[in-house]
Amino acid sequence: MSSLVAPGGAMAGTKPGWRASLGWDGTTLLVLPAVLFVLAFFVFPCIYGLVLSFMPLKGGALDNYIRFFSENRFYSTIWKTLLIALPATLANVFLALPIAFALRKSSKYQRVVTAILVVPITLGTVLVAQGLLGYLGPNGWFMRLLTTLHVIDAPFRMTHNYIGVLLSLIITGFPFSFLLTLSYVTGIDPMLAKAAATLGASPWTQFKQIYLPLLAPGLAMGFCLAFVQSFAVFPSAVLLGEPAGITRVMALAVYQLAYEDYNAPMAAAGAMVMGLVQLLVVASVLGLRGLFYRGPVGGTKG
Amino acid sequence: MATGPIDGNFDILKLDGVTRRFAGITALDGLDLTIKRGEFIALLGPSGCGKSTALNCLAGLLPLTGGGIWLDDRRIDVLRPEQRGFGMVFQSYALFPHMTVRKNIGFGLMMRKVSKAETERRVAEALRMVRLEAHADKLPGQLSGGQQQRVAIARAIVVQPPLVLMDEPLSNLDAKLRLEMRVEIRRIHKELGRSTIYVTHDQDEALSLADRIVVLHDGKVQQVGTPEDLYARPANLEVARFMGYQNSLSLSVVGAQVGGETRLTGPGIALQGVGQVTTSRAIASVRPEDLVAGAEGANAIEARVTGAEYAGREFVGTAVTQDNQPIIFRSPRRIQPDELVRLSVPTERVRVFADSVR
Repeated sequence: MSSLVAPGGAMAGTKPGWRASLGWDGTTLLVLPAVLFVLAFFVFPCIYGLVLSFMPLKGGALDNYIRFFSENRFYSTIWKTLLIALPATLANVFLALPIAFALRKSSKYQRVVTAILVVPITLGTVLVAQGLLGYLGPNGWFMRLLTTLHVIDAPFRMTHNYIGVLLSLIITGFPFSFLLTLSYVTGIDPMLAKAAATLGASPWTQFKQIYLPLLAPGLAMGFCLAFVQSFAVFPSAVLLGEPAGITRVMALAVYQLAYEDYNAPMAAAGAMVMGLVQLLVVASVLGLRGLFYRGPVGGTKG
Repeated sequence: MATGPIDGNFDILKLDGVTRRFAGITALDGLDLTIKRGEFIALLGPSGCGKSTALNCLAGLLPLTGGGIWLDDRRIDVLRPEQRGFGMVFQSYALFPHMTVRKNIGFGLMMRKVSKAETERRVAEALRMVRLEAHADKLPGQLSGGQQQRVAIARAIVVQPPLVLMDEPLSNLDAKLRLEMRVEIRRIHKELGRSTIYVTHDQDEALSLADRIVVLHDGKVQQVGTPEDLYARPANLEVARFMGYQNSLSLSVVGAQVGGETRLTGPGIALQGVGQVTTSRAIASVRPEDLVAGAEGANAIEARVTGAEYAGREFVGTAVTQDNQPIIFRSPRRIQPDELVRLSVPTERVRVFADSVR
């Protein structure tokens, strides 16, 4: 949307001028439902929560925030959540990259593997968590296989702890990262790598010098999306994790404040801190993204 | 050589039965060719004739399914593209969009671990050669098509490759720019003296640039020769058609063939042309510019005019013979549709080929 004021007419205050000056016409109305939706279900709750967080049940306006950052059971959730979300996100992005790269040429394998990898999306977090509980549990197939093969002597715990939550986040988050990365990888003109090869670049150098710099902005975007998803982890932290200990994530703490302590203003403050942490991570990643080339990555045909 | 020492140049590049099949289709069928140092070779043919396949096989981007490529005594078809070090100019340019012009050109030198000072000097030299000094720090996306083309050429030649490969480098440019770049390519080739293989479907480009032309059709070599050879003495009908012999008349052979010449006849047509055939029917190939209305001579075609176009100095006419074969000719005077004309052509400008159709 252009924010420039059209010369002449618009400034004179004639009625149709201001719409034209903003580049609006009939089709602008099509945006209206989406704008109303965002206003009603995002902007309003956000502002409501923000205002609410400054109205604690007792004490001054900032008391909720002071309490959040002075009590270990609250502020520790920040790094507990980051400790789960960041490794899960990094694992997803860096697992997705080589697989997407290997499948960059359109083939029947690309379609088959894509279809298989995308299945976890359709299952949902709870079903995956439930499945992992059985599969990775002390009497699950995985442990029995390892003990039968004498890889380990006795089953070790992979559920109801950090590992379980991390694995479940990787499994549910991977398809998104993969699909996104695949679309970025296939968008790069394969002739660029061929040109690099004729100039003396080995396959690894082709990847490092051509693909990676062109993919970096896409990978950053993929990282942000996967991170936001992982950061809001709730079901798997409860089902597969140790909700009283290492996997007491922010979403869980906020839930408890709101529905177990019935302290809505304090919960709102927690949610605001949660949003702020996400925003900081996303903003810094997108800031780094600005260092890379972000133009078209197809051919350079003029 | 304007820059640095010549390294890795060769005396003879030999293609020995180079063959490439794709899933049952033979794209290139036994290409034999010997290229001398410094030669400019054009691979000419219609799309799908195997010329780009041949170039990709040479660059190492496509493995051969048969035959071998030898650089002097060294077999190179087993080497990966990065080990061959041939400079290639792609039809789509394939410039690295995230690198400046300077970085693009310097890429091959970086891969060869050339020192920084030397790289700077050679990139500057290449920039001068393609006349892009003012654009060194722009990204490819900020350049016009012709400028991108020149970056692609500079990038390929700055490493002083033993062989430069060009895949229809001018096909994405407009007509005027194409002519300018043709001159540039010839100038750069002269200045560098590196063997060049140039793929094109444009016979004018091939004729004007190449020392020798290889005409390909359906993956097979039709003729190899100098531009003059191919232009005056096409070996077969395919080559003739590609070299501008737009008129192909199917005629009967009469009498004995004397001195490499054949007499042909048809309804209202009597022609003597160069070439010997063993069949009873033959094709006479004639260029439109050699077939003149109202000219004197023993060779004569009677035809009815179907159309005429003013082309400056003369008229370009279309006509049909008495048995309805279409022909194109030129006429110094104005002609009208349905007018009957007598066309003539010197015997040495008529090529006779066996008629494989009938």
